[in-house]
Amino acid sequence: MGVRVVTPAKVSIRDLSMRFPTDRSTIEVLSSVSLEVKDGELVCILGPSGCGKSTLLNVVGGFLKATTGEVLIDGQAVTGPDPRRIFVFQERGVFPWLTVEGNVGFGLFRLGAAERAERIAHYVKLVGLSGFESAYPQELSGGMKQRLEVARALAVNPDVLFLDEPFGALDSITRLVMRSELLRIRRAEKKTILFVTHDIDESVQLADRVVVMSTRPATIRRIVEIDIPHPRDLSSPRYIALRDILFEEIGLAHKI
Amino acid sequence: MKRLLPFSATAVLLAVWFLAARRQTSGLFPNPLQVLSGLGELLRHGLLAKYVIASLFRVTWGYLLAVVTAIPLGLLLGWYRRGGQALNPLLQLLRPISPLAWIPISILWFGVGDVAAIFLIFLASFLPLVVAAMNAVGNVPTTLLRAGRNFGLSNPRLLRNVILPAALPQLIVALRISLGVAWLVVVAAEMIAVNSGLGFLIVDARNAGNRYDLVVAGMVMIGLIGLVLDAGIRQLEKMKALRWGYGS
Ligand SMILES: Nc1ncnc2c1ncn2[C@@H]1O[C@H](COP(=O)(O)OP(=O)(O)O)[C@@H](O)[C@H]1O
Ligand SMILES: [Mg+2]
Repeated sequence: MGVRVVTPAKVSIRDLSMRFPTDRSTIEVLSSVSLEVKDGELVCILGPSGCGKSTLLNVVGGFLKATTGEVLIDGQAVTGPDPRRIFVFQERGVFPWLTVEGNVGFGLFRLGAAERAERIAHYVKLVGLSGFESAYPQELSGGMKQRLEVARALAVNPDVLFLDEPFGALDSITRLVMRSELLRIRRAEKKTILFVTHDIDESVQLADRVVVMSTRPATIRRIVEIDIPHPRDLSSPRYIALRDILFEEIGLAHKI
Repeated sequence: MKRLLPFSATAVLLAVWFLAARRQTSGLFPNPLQVLSGLGELLRHGLLAKYVIASLFRVTWGYLLAVVTAIPLGLLLGWYRRGGQALNPLLQLLRPISPLAWIPISILWFGVGDVAAIFLIFLASFLPLVVAAMNAVGNVPTTLLRAGRNFGLSNPRLLRNVILPAALPQLIVALRISLGVAWLVVVAAEMIAVNSGLGFLIVDARNAGNRYDLVVAGMVMIGLIGLVLDAGIRQLEKMKALRWGYGS
């Protein structure tokens, strides 16, 4: 009675600021960003190009050290990258000298051969690359390469995924397919996902919550909850209403 | 048609050579047939095989020693940037010094013989390989390094499983160039520091009675072997795991 169960945040970003020294002065990229992400949540970080989204994600991923502030994951301060949390890059993140199997198995060096092979087979299938096991990345299309990178990430069974505009370099049709693939995979494997994008539609299609960033130095302008159940109808009034809110928040006109 | 073009060009060149040799006044400059019979003479006396083997022996040792020391060193220097920065001025100073300038010193240190020649070849291949390996590490895309570290690779594993394979296409280009240089240098070294090998053949044939047919025979052999070495190392670039590094 009256006891409130507080679900502790999976990822908690506390008052992050980031300044890069340049030749003459410093440029401020992040300015006191705070955000809590719940376990199993898919949060999209939406903002214009160059605002500092990648910087933010790289700090959370442990690749960059913030100027001030800290990031806690499961209550522990992030001090560096960790195989429990895998980063998926916008492009050229797969190892070009390894085959599909080699890439998917890259992070599985601690496992025995049998378990390794089993996991590789499972994730190759999950992302729909069966039949391409011994193909090299250069023989794959852009969409297949991104799926391969997602498979490589999932294979080590991380509990958090960081995706930095993972479909940004793909054509618009492939991008749509990849989004529904991501949602399908998410139903199969429950992960906490931080997804960076500059695409408003992408964020409304994927996210539980959309975090709208300002231009540089990035601050959080607003957090919009996307309360549409999956599968989402892209022509429903609610979808369009939420999209309009984000358009407005980003500062774009509705007409072209 | 395209395939015939190099052959026709060679035929024309041989013809020009032939005519030029006929028009000379000194009578020392050999024509292609004389060179061919010079090669035959060397072959019969067993000198050709002996000299080719001697040259290849020196190149193999000097080059392999350079490869197994320069590449790990270059990768480490590229990885630990401080080390690279510390050694960089020295490397830049040594690099413009032709390996041939080291001939007197190598004779002083190792005397006339194989070791002096091997040392010169080692030097000639070592420096470019160190610098190339250093740069190759610097050119490894940040994304790939981050991906490697993200999966929890220790530094040695990262070096072996990410940095080395990522740098390999560039390294192979450097290996190819430095093998070419090694082959240039062995000939020069043999002219001074030893008394066998194709380089020695060339000086010796001239000194022992102006046998220019043998001089040119030696030159032809050097060219042919250089071609074979280059073609051999080019095969590496065709490997599937490397092809990504050479454009399409
Ligand atoms: N290492 C760095 N040094 C200096 N400036 C940087 C560095 N990394 C990023 N920036 C700058 O920070 C800004 C934000 O970059 P980024 O986080 O990549 O933006 P986004 O991902 O939102 O497009 C850019 O203006 C970029 O030039
Ligand atoms: Mg970015």
